[in-house]
Amino acid sequence: MAAGSEINLNDTAAGHVNVLFFGQLKERLKCDKLTVDIAHTLSISAFKHMLVEQNPHWQAWLEERDVLCALNQTMSSSDELVKAGDELAFFPPVTGG
Amino acid sequence: MSISIKVQTMDFSVGEQHGALCSDNKSDGAVVTFTGLVREFSSGDNVIALELEHYPGMTEQLLQSIAEQAQTRWQLARISIIHRVGYLALGEQIVFVGVTSRHRQAAFEGAQFIMDYLKNHATFWKKEHFKDSSNWVEFKQSDKQALNKWKK
Repeated sequence: MAAGSEINLNDTAAGHVNVLFFGQLKERLKCDKLTVDIAHTLSISAFKHMLVEQNPHWQAWLEERDVLCALNQTMSSSDELVKAGDELAFFPPVTGG
Repeated sequence: MSISIKVQTMDFSVGEQHGALCSDNKSDGAVVTFTGLVREFSSGDNVIALELEHYPGMTEQLLQSIAEQAQTRWQLARISIIHRVGYLALGEQIVFVGVTSRHRQAAFEGAQFIMDYLKNHATFWKKEHFKDSSNWVEFKQSDKQALNKWKK
């Protein structure tokens, strides 16, 4: 559940973002979830780049492959903005059914 | 109109699901159900089981949205979708889609639309397990092409 409604309007966009990984991506990054502190609102692509700077070996999987992204459980494009309290998920193309 | 969405590890009974779609239903003359079974995915390479992962919360919302889209396109009174997750052996039931309608064509098309959208949009990921190894299933272009017939 997104905690967006809990953000104090007088506050800045600083706070933490919950990040989730699924499927093959989770396995390759050896990470299923993490909490990232951000100082201000930033785009999903900038957020991904920040993750890669912190974990350089993630680049091949997060930035160079076809990775889908959901912001607060809605499919999103890389120019959408992430703010504190958001849930951001990255995953490969789906293969259910 | 009713929509039932379930993502579960448990198996399901097609008979019970069919019964629920028919029960106390005097308006619909057509019931269409589809059941998907675990099969060998890779070119016949001894798959012994599938492992299904999903995004809890988002998956259920997406399935609900797919069912609602189907109801805006066809007169589908009842829709039931069940998708299993976890470890599933060959031959086990993996997915169920059941719909009711006044007429058969709407029921056939509605069920097919739901399956095509589920395969392309619902947040499930499959991993094949072999005797000594495992492999994530890649997205299939043929599944994407199956969507084209529903685009206007």
